[in-house]
Parts: sequence; structure tokens; C-alpha cells
Amino acid sequence: MKSRLDNQTIALRAAREFPDGSVVNLGYGMPGLCADFIPEGRAVFFQSENGVLGYGNLAADNEKDYELINASDQPVIPLAGMCFFDSALSFDMIRGGHIDIVVLGAYQVSEKGDLANWGRPGRPATGMGGGMDLAVGAGRVIVTMLHNTKEGEPRIVSNCTFPLTARQCVSLIITDLAVIEVTNAGLVLKETAPGWAVPEVQALTEAKLVPATDLKEIEL
Amino acid sequence: MPVNKIFSDCDKAVADIPDGATVMIGGFGSFGGLPVNLIVALARQGARELTVIANMGGVGFELSRRIKPGGYHDSGLLFENGQVKKFIGSVPALGGMPPTSPLEKLHNEGRVEIETVPQGTLAERIRCGAGGLGGFYTPVGIGTVIEAGKDKKVINGREYILEMPLTADFALIKAHRSDSLGNLVYKGTARCFNPVMATAAKTTIVEVDELVKPGQLDPEAVVTPHVYVDRIVEVPR
Repeated sequence: MKSRLDNQTIALRAAREFPDGSVVNLGYGMPGLCADFIPEGRAVFFQSENGVLGYGNLAADNEKDYELINASDQPVIPLAGMCFFDSALSFDMIRGGHIDIVVLGAYQVSEKGDLANWGRPGRPATGMGGGMDLAVGAGRVIVTMLHNTKEGEPRIVSNCTFPLTARQCVSLIITDLAVIEVTNAGLVLKETAPGWAVPEVQALTEAKLVPATDLKEIEL
Repeated sequence: MPVNKIFSDCDKAVADIPDGATVMIGGFGSFGGLPVNLIVALARQGARELTVIANMGGVGFELSRRIKPGGYHDSGLLFENGQVKKFIGSVPALGGMPPTSPLEKLHNEGRVEIETVPQGTLAERIRCGAGGLGGFYTPVGIGTVIEAGKDKKVINGREYILEMPLTADFALIKAHRSDSLGNLVYKGTARCFNPVMATAAKTTIVEVDELVKPGQLDPEAVVTPHVYVDRIVEVPR
């Protein structure tokens, strides 16, 4: 029985994309797990839009300080060199191009790299938070998400039907089945989860996938 | 002789907020940075038909216990009390939480209007209002529902949306320490929207953990200069 990757493994794979010395913002939910999987020997500065640069892992229960939280409202631990700033400066930093990578969750990504990650049918009161600013301002947008909905519907689609966060902003999609790069020539299937063949992944994807010449299994 | 800005309690500090006022509420999402005691005082005071400008609509006390042991009050209390007619912010309700926050329930019943604003645009609209500017162009929201009905302009080959300034009658702010003049310093990520909102209201009301004498704050570390602060309440933890 082939299995899908769990959330930790998706986050581990995403964290390998962070270059040494990079500034990275982690979005709400699964992306937050990336903080625990920084490859050894690399220094990554985590920025959180509520106004902190250079925080550490999630805080244990006995060290929670609610005046040191990430944007997912989770207490984190301080690191040497950490600094604080207000929301206006934080978004200057984001729109001004000082965030190298943002990892965001998504409801849908289109074949052109359009992102839909905030509005849900039947939930008109949900908002985009800082997602639009991050999708527009970050150097590289990586999406981590499950390949399909609970009902088995594809999330990688020809055109997004959910409200957009930003057009043509996603560079890389990492799911429980595949790693897919958004290119001018379409969606390039770079890696598959162990045991999954290209037609099987394509069958669970609405948009057309182009297998990479160096297609491989995701290394765990 | 400087004006006395010190109020003995939060109830007195919010007593004159009238029906129909526009109120900015500092903070980001959960507990850290929220002026919890001023929010509770405004709920007790009972002003109605308010417009609330805040990053998040609040989760309400029941859901707050999922975030912090023991729970806490947030702006959800003002919605629950039926005191608010309009909310302006970036996260009216969290998609990852059950649809039971007071604001989401009232909005679904058609009783509270919501204006959803991208978070960075919200911060900049407030800074713009505070700084006496008439608006600004941002690329954030192009190709989305946010651009509907707004002026657009191509600048250096890139599309931008015109966004308008925001100001308020009152701002409810949480800071860590204040001197008696109203110079403020903040703590950790509890800074968030507080400094920018403190500069954008006609009357800025601050609750602080500790009130000190002038000279006891490092002038190099002051984030909000005292000209922006009108009322100070010390609420020791």
C-alpha cells in the first residue's frame, strides 16, 4: 500500500529549500512546522509579520510567553540577535523585498501559479491576513499543502475557483504526493512520493503536469 | 505643568466614548498585545453603533481557551454585546477555527458589516491617516477581490491600487511601560499594531503594565513619543 507523506515530511522537504542565511516567513498552519527541520549547518532567520525577526523553535509548555508569538499565535523561543518592530515596518520589510522565501498553505494553486489560500465557501467572514502582502512581496513563494481535498478533489487546478490571494506568484508546490515547480512551460513534476508513478499523480491533479527530465523520488 | 494623563482605572478612561465612535484596538491576534482591560471596560460602558478597526475580529472567550490556558477577553466581547456596526481588519474570523466567533456569527446573520483589508495595507492605511497623507498606491490585492471599485495606476510598468487613509476617534492601546508624560515602550511581539494605531486617533488611551517617572525610560528605546498619548492607565499584572 503506497502512502502519502505526513505533514512533518512535507515541512522537512520544504525546509531544504531555505538557503544558508536566508530570511523566511512561515504562514499559518502546516508551514509553521518547517521551523523544526532546518538542515544542519544552515542559519535561517524567521520573520513573522506580527513584528519579529530571528526567533527560534516553538516554545515548550513550561516556557510559553504570550508576548513572543509567531503569526500563528504560537509562543516561540528567543534567539540571540532577535529583534522586534511594529506592523507597519514589518510590512515595509515584506513588500520591500526583504523576505527571501515565504511558505504558505493553500486551498488551490493554478497551473499559472495563481494562489487561493484564504477564502472558503460558506465562510464569508474569513480574511487574508498578511497572505496577500507576503505572496506579492516575498522573493519566492513555496506552497505546502495536501494534494487533494478530504473529498478527493484536486487542489492543483487549471484555474482557481476559490478567491485569489495573488496571481502568478507561486514558484514551488510541495504536497503529500509530489514536488512541482511552476515554470513558463507549465507545471513541472520534479519529485514524487515513494512508490507513486507519474500517471497516478496526474490522475489526482487537474492541471497538466510535465515530468522533469530528472524526475526522482522525494528523498526522505 | 504638563497635562495630567493618568487615569485611576480603565472604566474612567473609556467613559466618554460615545455611540457611533470609530475605535482602533491594538494587538495582532491572540492575547499578546491586546488592551484586554480597556476592551472589557468598553464592554461595561456599553457604547453602541461602534466601528472597530483591528487586525483581527477576536475569537471570543470560549474559543480563546484553545489559544491560552484560562482564556482571555478580546474584541469578540464587543461584538457579543451588540455594540459594533462595522469591522475593518485583515482577519475578521480564522478559517482554521470553528465558525463560532461572535463577529462571524453576527456577520452571517447580517448584523455587522465587514471591510476586509490585507494586513500590510491595513497598517499602511493607518500610518497614512496618522501622517496626514491622502492615500497610497500598493501592488497588494491586484487581480483579487480587493481591487474592486478602487482606482488603479501603472507605475514603472507595475499595476498598483489606490488605498485610502484610516483614522479613528479613539485608539485602545497596550504598551509595556509608560512614563507619566506618555512615552511608551512595548514588549516583544505585543508591539505589533499598537504603535501605528497609537498615532492615528484623536484620543489615544493606553493600558500599561508599569507606570514610571519621566527619566526612567531610556529615550533611545521609546517607540511612541508622548505627544500621541492622551490617557494612561496602569494595570499591574
